[in-house]
Amino acid sequence: MARIRPAVAPARPAPGPSVGSRTVKTAILVATTFAACAVEMVEALTIVLAVGITRGWHAVRLGIAAALAALAVIVAVLGPALTLIPLDTLRLVIGFLLLAFGLQWLRKAVLRAGGAVALHDEDRIFEEERAVARSHAATGGEFDWYAFTLSFKGVFLEGLEVAFIVIAFGDTHHNLALGALAAGAALVTVVVLGVVVHGPLSRVPENALKFAVGLMLISYGTFWGGESVGVGWPGGDLAILVLVAWYAIVASVLVLLVRRRHGAAAISMAEAG
Amino acid sequence: MSYVRAFFRFWYDFVVGDDWRLALAAAAALGASALAVAASVPAWWVAPVVLSGFLAFVVLREPT
Repeated sequence: MARIRPAVAPARPAPGPSVGSRTVKTAILVATTFAACAVEMVEALTIVLAVGITRGWHAVRLGIAAALAALAVIVAVLGPALTLIPLDTLRLVIGFLLLAFGLQWLRKAVLRAGGAVALHDEDRIFEEERAVARSHAATGGEFDWYAFTLSFKGVFLEGLEVAFIVIAFGDTHHNLALGALAAGAALVTVVVLGVVVHGPLSRVPENALKFAVGLMLISYGTFWGGESVGVGWPGGDLAILVLVAWYAIVASVLVLLVRRRHGAAAISMAEAG
Repeated sequence: MSYVRAFFRFWYDFVVGDDWRLALAAAAALGASALAVAASVPAWWVAPVVLSGFLAFVVLREPT
């Protein structure tokens, strides 16, 4: 039978995991949210910098502020609202979403690490965004809605996935504030680096972060999704670490296979040419 | 009408992303786990195996 939680705190009964287990889970929550937010914000920063440097900063600043406010509202409203949903249903939906996101992240990271797809090139994307921003005529004295919309979309769309991760991890860990804090710390770090560098953050090991976040999302998605349909995990919460190790091995083997396949294809193309 | 389509298109892209087979994998893994639980079979291994198999299938069929 689905468990329904009261809307007021305490939202969840304390399941009573050990202090060590709680610490590990909290560390994973903070690290995953921080890394996911950092990756998405590096991509958003590239767009924002390209538009701001090309068209001026007034409308861009307002676009960023509006996007961050919208994301904060989503987290603030949706997070507590989820406590009204039965726990098993919530875990099933969150488990599915984490699996869907995690598989996408890991697929891209494996293909990039294996050389089948080019690494995310922030410098190239930055120049492309600048060219597009230049091609749209300035509105001359009026508010620059083009720059506002572009910066809003860049920050909002990149941040939406992070907002879901913050809500998913925060809600199931009974600690939405900690997830939001980790995301905020990543945002500040990326913004400070962006101001210092004053250019796209092309040296951030984006694919390695994507790889790690993909592993975490799949592992947690497997664990929570499994629990929601009645799977009993050997070792309880510590099974998450085993899942992380399992998926890391699978993904590493896939990188090797893709690299070998890609290398063989390149050689045959060179011989044919 | 175009706003409604755009709304659903946005959420489809957001959840399903570039490759619909991976969203199918997520659903299949949870569905297979539920079936194993219903059949009283130890189910903890089902989702990791299904997801790993789908991921390998999708990644290794990617054109080089």
